[in-house]
Amino acid sequence: MQGHEWRRVWAIVWKDTLTERRTKAAFNAMAFFAGLVLLIFAFAIGPDVPVTGPAGQGLLEYIAPGLVWVAILLTGVLALGRSFQVEMENGALEGLRLYPGERRSIGIGKIIANVATLTAMEVLIVPIAGVLYSIDLWSKLPALAAVLFLATLGFAAVGTFYAALTANLRAREVMLPLLLFPVMVPVVLAAVKATFLILNGDLMGELSAWVRLLVVFDAVFVTVCTLAFGFAIEE
Amino acid sequence: MCPVATRPASVPAVQLEGVTKRFARNWALKSVSLTIPPGESVCLLGPNGSGKTTLLRIVATATRPTAGQALVFGYEAADDGDAVRSRIGLLSHRTFLYGELTARENLRFAAGMYGIPPGNARLDAALADVGLAPAADTRVRAFSQGMAQRLALARATLHAPPLLLLDEPYSGLDADALQLLDRYLGSFLARGGTMVLVTHQLAKGLTACRRAVALREGRVVFDGASADFRSSPEAALVGEWG
Repeated sequence: MQGHEWRRVWAIVWKDTLTERRTKAAFNAMAFFAGLVLLIFAFAIGPDVPVTGPAGQGLLEYIAPGLVWVAILLTGVLALGRSFQVEMENGALEGLRLYPGERRSIGIGKIIANVATLTAMEVLIVPIAGVLYSIDLWSKLPALAAVLFLATLGFAAVGTFYAALTANLRAREVMLPLLLFPVMVPVVLAAVKATFLILNGDLMGELSAWVRLLVVFDAVFVTVCTLAFGFAIEE
Repeated sequence: MCPVATRPASVPAVQLEGVTKRFARNWALKSVSLTIPPGESVCLLGPNGSGKTTLLRIVATATRPTAGQALVFGYEAADDGDAVRSRIGLLSHRTFLYGELTARENLRFAAGMYGIPPGNARLDAALADVGLAPAADTRVRAFSQGMAQRLALARATLHAPPLLLLDEPYSGLDADALQLLDRYLGSFLARGGTMVLVTHQLAKGLTACRRAVALREGRVVFDGASADFRSSPEAALVGEWG
């Protein structure tokens, strides 16, 4: 991409993050929703379930990686849907289509902005999960942050593509997760496994394999979704 | 604001050859052919559903024709979308603005998307041109329809396009804003710009443009000087549109 295309990418990132910062109500609602999801799991399973994992932990702590990713996915779908809801007001999506330049720069900008929004969400979700599920996060934070970033990148790439594809549909709130979740299975699987190994110990040295899988899927998803983005926003 | 470099004056600003557009079973345009030379101002007239907006959207690359060819400064709208889009400014029914951003921020975003260096002076001048300098730092959500319409015009012309496509630009404007818009468009035409205007306000449209093109059921039924339109047999339709 040429220099002026990167200027377009930056314009999209700037506009989306500024808009998101100003509509705090949406972010607050999503953060509240994420907290609620984590809390419901905590209440439903409870800290005293007498099933223990290999490291002697309780059931809730044992399945915490899966629960955290469920919360991230459910909240993330809302955030991704919103990123194109903004473009539907005043016909802004058509305005985007009518700017000269490659449409993939719009896709890249949207993916970066969505990674930023999802990361901000995770900064809230993960510590809440740490408290509710009694997980020791601090000692494992760098590895956890790396896995969170890799999985978020793949999630944002596919999610941005499908959010653009469903933006004009009347049933977009239903269609987005229906299309997105099946495609996300490999990333979610790798993210949950990697998170589990980070939190519970990697006795068999499997972590690097799951991280490599995440990197491969990220590369495929980011490339394909960026190249195909122009078709997703076509009239 | 100077229009961007265009091809030689002999290349028409807009050339439509047998342009047809069908939506499911409805024909919006039926083999429309039209040539608009650079520097021309054309008012597209016609009742609702006559195909005016569809024609404008085809020229703007917002939609593809079912058949036929639309050329803008010699570039095919369907295939050379980028070349066409950098030479047009479209003021649509919808403003394409972001309500949570201020007027200046909306223009800064547009400048980024057009690849214009983001200098505040240029943005301030664009806002002053449409009389919005005092509201530069107000969020667009708080704008009246007329203010939003004027900001949309500033956004559409920020990259100094040689061709301006206007769809109902007079809607929602008060008397002062109408005067400002007339001055703005007059100045654009005086600099050699080309304008295609769609409006239901006959008097305004015929005054603003030298040439009138009337559409009915997707076909061109009148193409001539605006001054001749009222005395033409097609003007009988005016009562239906006005």
